[in-house]
Amino acid sequence: MSIGHTLLGLLESGPRHGYDLKRAFDERFGHDRPLHYGQVYSTMARLLKNGLVEVEGIEPGSGPERKRYAITDAGLTDVETWLAQPEKPEPYLQTTLYTKVVLALLTGRSAIDLLDTQRAEHLRLMRELTRRKSSGDLADQLICDHALFHLEADLRWLELTAARLDQLATEVRK
Amino acid sequence: MTSSTPQPSTPLLSADALHKTYGPTPALDGADFTIRSGEVVAVMGPSGSGKSTLLHCLAGIVRPDAGKVLYRGEELSAMSDAARSALRRGDFGFVFQFGQLVPELTCVENVALPLRLNGAKRKEAERLATEWLHRLEVDDLGHKRPGEVSGGQGQRVAVARALVGGPRVIFADEPTGALDSLNGERVMRLLTDAARDTGAAVVLVTHEARVAAYSDREIVVRDGKSRDMERVA
Repeated sequence: MSIGHTLLGLLESGPRHGYDLKRAFDERFGHDRPLHYGQVYSTMARLLKNGLVEVEGIEPGSGPERKRYAITDAGLTDVETWLAQPEKPEPYLQTTLYTKVVLALLTGRSAIDLLDTQRAEHLRLMRELTRRKSSGDLADQLICDHALFHLEADLRWLELTAARLDQLATEVRK
Repeated sequence: MTSSTPQPSTPLLSADALHKTYGPTPALDGADFTIRSGEVVAVMGPSGSGKSTLLHCLAGIVRPDAGKVLYRGEELSAMSDAARSALRRGDFGFVFQFGQLVPELTCVENVALPLRLNGAKRKEAERLATEWLHRLEVDDLGHKRPGEVSGGQGQRVAVARALVGGPRVIFADEPTGALDSLNGERVMRLLTDAARDTGAAVVLVTHEARVAAYSDREIVVRDGKSRDMERVA
């Protein structure tokens, strides 16, 4: 996920302090991975440097000064471009698993055990997401559904690979 | 239904080294299975792997060629046909892919049917059936016939019918196979919630991982052999 673009998008509704931005981000997108303050401030510094945000005001406080950020026209265009662009479908997990399966076959280890161990781990996570979904609100449900559909796709790949292991073993041992 | 309740750690239903052949094709080739009271166990595997045959053997619908199925310590294949039929009417509940409701009966009559077959009076059977239709969120369909309701609604009626007699085991064979994602999820949530509330065990045959995610654990069947995934991880 592009944290910079997400923070810019959150600024579209009006100027905010770094702390407010972090809170808004965590509330909507950071269920599993809340942002660190350092991430927020380094991202805002980068956006400021690139002219995508500007400092609208500085409020003195008991601690460090609080900057209030506003999105610029360039920032608005940047968010618009990002939203219009499709994400690259990345089969990253299959690549790693494929490598492991081939290595297992090459080294005489049990590839089916490897696939089944992964399968069990996927289903464990799917159960957890299903439980979370049933007790969550609509936002939770949609986020969990997205993860569930992806995990399901991985599982289908694991099953198909299990069915083709003999064929794959012949290929890799040639 | 018998009165004593097995200990939670004791398998309620188990199968040991089941073999079943249809013509030249082995459908089960040494499959094992165990389920305890209140558990939801998914039986997964590709089409033709033997998972439905396993369910039919566990439910006493099909007699295995070799191996045994034990229900509450009693061997199913040693029972008479009448005793196995009584077990299927009393202790077991069934949900199939296409509901298999009786088209001539209304939904409430369909749900009441297992109770009526076990000798319950019509009024009492329909009162209980109405309660279950309410619980499955289809209480407004009681007087409609299966042909007048949607697939998802019909499947919820089928779940109510499976649960109305207070079964100890529910056998669900691809219960969401004919439904879209939203209806499938609703059926699974209602089925597993109701089973957990009543303490019934569920044997859930499915090839869909999102459906299996409603289970407590899973067994994978490949080429007629089973693998308990709890022992893999």
